[in-house]
Amino acid sequence: MSKLSVRKTVSMWAAAVLGFAVSFSAFAADPLKVGFVYVSPIGDAGWTYQHDQGRKAMEGALGDKVETKFIESVPEGGEAERVIRQFASDGYDLVFTTSFGYMNPTIKVAKQFPDVVFEHATGYKTAGNVGNYVARFYEARYLTGVVAGHMTESNTAGYVAAFPIPEVLRGINAFTLGMRSVNPDAQVKVIWVNSWFDPGREREAADVLISQGADVVTHHTDSTAAVQAAEDAGVWSVGYHSDMSKYGPERHLTAATHHWGGYYTKTAREVINGAWESTRVWGGLAEGMVSIAPLNDEVPADVAKQVEGVTAAIKDGGFHPFQGPIKDQGGEVAVPEGKTMTDEELSTMEWYVEGVLGKLPK
Amino acid sequence: MTETIVGILLATLGAGTPLVFATLGELITEKSGVLNLGVEGMMLIGAVCGFAAAAESGSLWFGVVISMFAGGGMALLFGILTLTFQANQVAAGLALTIFGIGTSAYIGLDYTSVTLPNIDPIQLPFLSDIPVIGRLLFSLDPLIYLSFAMFGAISWFLYRTKGGLVLRAVGESPESAVSLGHHVIAIRYLAVWFGGAMAGLGGAYLALVYTPLWVEEMTAGRGWIALALVVFSTWRPSRVMVGAYLFGGVTIVQFHIQGFGVDIPSQLLSTLPYLATILVLVLISRDIHTIRLNAPASLGKPYHPDL
Amino acid sequence: MWLKIEARPAPSVRMKYLSPLIAVALTLMTGVIFSAFMSLNPLNTFHAFFISPIDDWYGLGELGVNAIPLVLIGTGLAIGFRSNVWNIGAEGQLAMGAIFGGGVALYFYEQEGAYVLPLMFVMGALGGMFWASIPAFLRTRFNTNEILVSLMLNYVAILILSYLVHDLWRDPDGFNFPESRLFSESSTLPIVLEGTRLHFGVVIALGAVALAWVFVRKSFLGYQMQVAGMANAAALYAGFKRKRMVWVGLLSGGLAAGVAGLMEVAGPIGQLLPSVSPGYGYAAIIVAFVGRLHPFGILLAGLLMSLLYLGGESAQMDLGLPSAVTGVFQGMLLFYLLAADLFINFRMRRDTAGSRVAGAGL
Repeated sequence: MSKLSVRKTVSMWAAAVLGFAVSFSAFAADPLKVGFVYVSPIGDAGWTYQHDQGRKAMEGALGDKVETKFIESVPEGGEAERVIRQFASDGYDLVFTTSFGYMNPTIKVAKQFPDVVFEHATGYKTAGNVGNYVARFYEARYLTGVVAGHMTESNTAGYVAAFPIPEVLRGINAFTLGMRSVNPDAQVKVIWVNSWFDPGREREAADVLISQGADVVTHHTDSTAAVQAAEDAGVWSVGYHSDMSKYGPERHLTAATHHWGGYYTKTAREVINGAWESTRVWGGLAEGMVSIAPLNDEVPADVAKQVEGVTAAIKDGGFHPFQGPIKDQGGEVAVPEGKTMTDEELSTMEWYVEGVLGKLPK
Repeated sequence: MTETIVGILLATLGAGTPLVFATLGELITEKSGVLNLGVEGMMLIGAVCGFAAAAESGSLWFGVVISMFAGGGMALLFGILTLTFQANQVAAGLALTIFGIGTSAYIGLDYTSVTLPNIDPIQLPFLSDIPVIGRLLFSLDPLIYLSFAMFGAISWFLYRTKGGLVLRAVGESPESAVSLGHHVIAIRYLAVWFGGAMAGLGGAYLALVYTPLWVEEMTAGRGWIALALVVFSTWRPSRVMVGAYLFGGVTIVQFHIQGFGVDIPSQLLSTLPYLATILVLVLISRDIHTIRLNAPASLGKPYHPDL
Repeated sequence: MWLKIEARPAPSVRMKYLSPLIAVALTLMTGVIFSAFMSLNPLNTFHAFFISPIDDWYGLGELGVNAIPLVLIGTGLAIGFRSNVWNIGAEGQLAMGAIFGGGVALYFYEQEGAYVLPLMFVMGALGGMFWASIPAFLRTRFNTNEILVSLMLNYVAILILSYLVHDLWRDPDGFNFPESRLFSESSTLPIVLEGTRLHFGVVIALGAVALAWVFVRKSFLGYQMQVAGMANAAALYAGFKRKRMVWVGLLSGGLAAGVAGLMEVAGPIGQLLPSVSPGYGYAAIIVAFVGRLHPFGILLAGLLMSLLYLGGESAQMDLGLPSAVTGVFQGMLLFYLLAADLFINFRMRRDTAGSRVAGAGL
């Protein structure tokens, strides 16, 4: 046996022993404590519900390696900091803060607890122990637009929207581009309800859109009211956040859905293995963070096939919903042929693409 | 064009109806001299209990009845606090809202995923076939007809019956009402209960017919708007109807305008109804005689026979 | 057998101190029943609600942070309430204080100077007083009911704040999210207890309590206002000026709420958000009554109310109770506290048949 091979053998053994020790300690160690801060009650559909589904998926995947806890209905503002800190000081190793308004409180608490890992959803700030994650919801929006473009007969879709911030505008634009990619005459009417959550007003807005000729209704608000309005009126609907087919058994075409489970599992695993690093994650279809709900049976097979094709193209990078040429509402070329909007441009988007009706509120 | 206008009017009827119920109820409560700020809480309790009852029994009408009992029960709680235990009405009303928000959320935990079947409008024979009018007046959902009936009954009660006279007398001056042999506390209890039952009905309309779904805090401030509308109406049932439909209609019209891509909405536009209410209030208050004619003089003041 | 409630010849001093204890005892009893109903150990429930939120310095600090606006506003409002001036617009006055004071912070952004913070205080106070002066003016000039005007103005103020952070005062580097810049160092309140969030506002709140006590006890105007509250007619005979009392009553509430609003944005929040208060303006009204309009009572009631906020969070954390349960519990405690006041001015008697007619049957 040469010296070299001896050394090799020893190091192999050492590695094995070390490896055993590491896995043993991981086995014997307390479970990773993971906290979740939710902005609204969990309910049965919507933004927070999807995050809680993600939490459960993580529990399912990691079993007793993790122990989770959530606090719901935490208002954005002064209260949030206390709740986030409470998790940190109670010995939680990983805290997910799942609403935009938690960004600054998360950063503040993270400074005081450098050993705790924080992950904030939808914001833009990071720190050494604060990661940031959001999903490319617009990719799913685009796909649902493709479906809607095929299914509409009046060539008009209605969009119930909360507030004119880039997140919502990206969704409207992607949906419109998706529709017009298969139906160049399609138009999208938008009604701003100035509230994330008011089932009554959401319903009213959806009813108005339907009465104005929309035969597909979608929404960027937090209740299922728009989907139910479409069901009652016998027009198509496209849900958001969650698969809302339960609320529109006949007329729910599909939904742009959020899926956090994979990301939560991956992040928790990284923290357990000591491999976590602060990143800004903007994951889409490819990462499994967004998807679309199963298509309505009425959707023809060739449409389903086309949607599959576009999905694949977006996943492998062959296609980007915001690749040129894209015209803005006034018909001016906003994104020239051969160009694609950068993430920076997408995250500050404040204009309508061609085909969206109505003025953008200032 | 006719189609659009009919659509707007129909939507306005729907949007205004929860407000009609809750506001008419609060009007009766306030006519007796009691100010119950807990409308939002009572609406929520009515909504969730009505929804749960309808979901469990499969009967809309059972849900409606339960919502009235639930709203009325909440109001009795308020009555016990303010009428028997002499607590401050403003504080008790606010506490009732806090309690209502929490309790309704708790009761509703199991019902957030439930959907109810749609309610078919009642088609009145022949009448509903009349163009335009037929759709506007004779093929509505049953609870809208109930709200019309309530309006008629309350107007008649207030201005055409002895009971109405007594109620107003109690609200004007409990002392003189007592001297006429009326039982002020009992009458106020009844008025408070009725206000709660109607608020419950308003909540039930939202949860059972309008959306129809149950989610926490789904009334989204309509209880507070009902309080404003009582004032806006200067305590008159006919103006309650006008105010409720105006308030509901403003949103609908604003949405229609947006849909046509004409106007730019903003938060500032949303302040108009509140400013309008203040303006009405100023207009009726500036003259001591008009306010006397309208507002119950003892509104918000506690009454106890020993004091 | 009926119980009859009759007025005591003089308010009971014993009951004045005993009645809050009765309320607390009733609440604890309800809590025990409640716990049994939810199959929880009552001791654990009690611990989660009342002990665990404040078992360390940070928790005590949080108790203070929440109590500051409640006590300050409650104290200001009580001055009006004592003379039957019903300002329920503190929530809007708070928002206005935040707008005026926060506006200063944004205007002097990155100008470090010792003058900024005092100026913010002045403007915050003026903002609250300006908003309270509207119902005061309408009351004194047009005899308009101040309860309803001040309530309406709450919505208006909150909508104005929402407009400002969505539009005019939006953070230019904030990816068009609806929030202002973070205030710079010289525009944020100093922390008074290291390692907590307890800020300078605690001095202001305690100062206000002391000042209010002196005002009520020692000043002639305070005496006048109390007399006016007890008997309007008597006050008029005595030549007290009712209009002046309306102004003082409303402005003191507006001043307190405005300063409280400014301190929220310059303290725990550190920027302007679409919502700057989780309902402090309404809760403070209850605090004022639970504290029986007495400055020291309000201090205690404010601390209790603050503890209820915190207890709800730790009940979610420790017991996994849904946030909905907290609301039920809070509402109940408030009912008991409000109802227990009865025993100060009234007593219960067994009713004999003869006196039933006049009594309030129970």
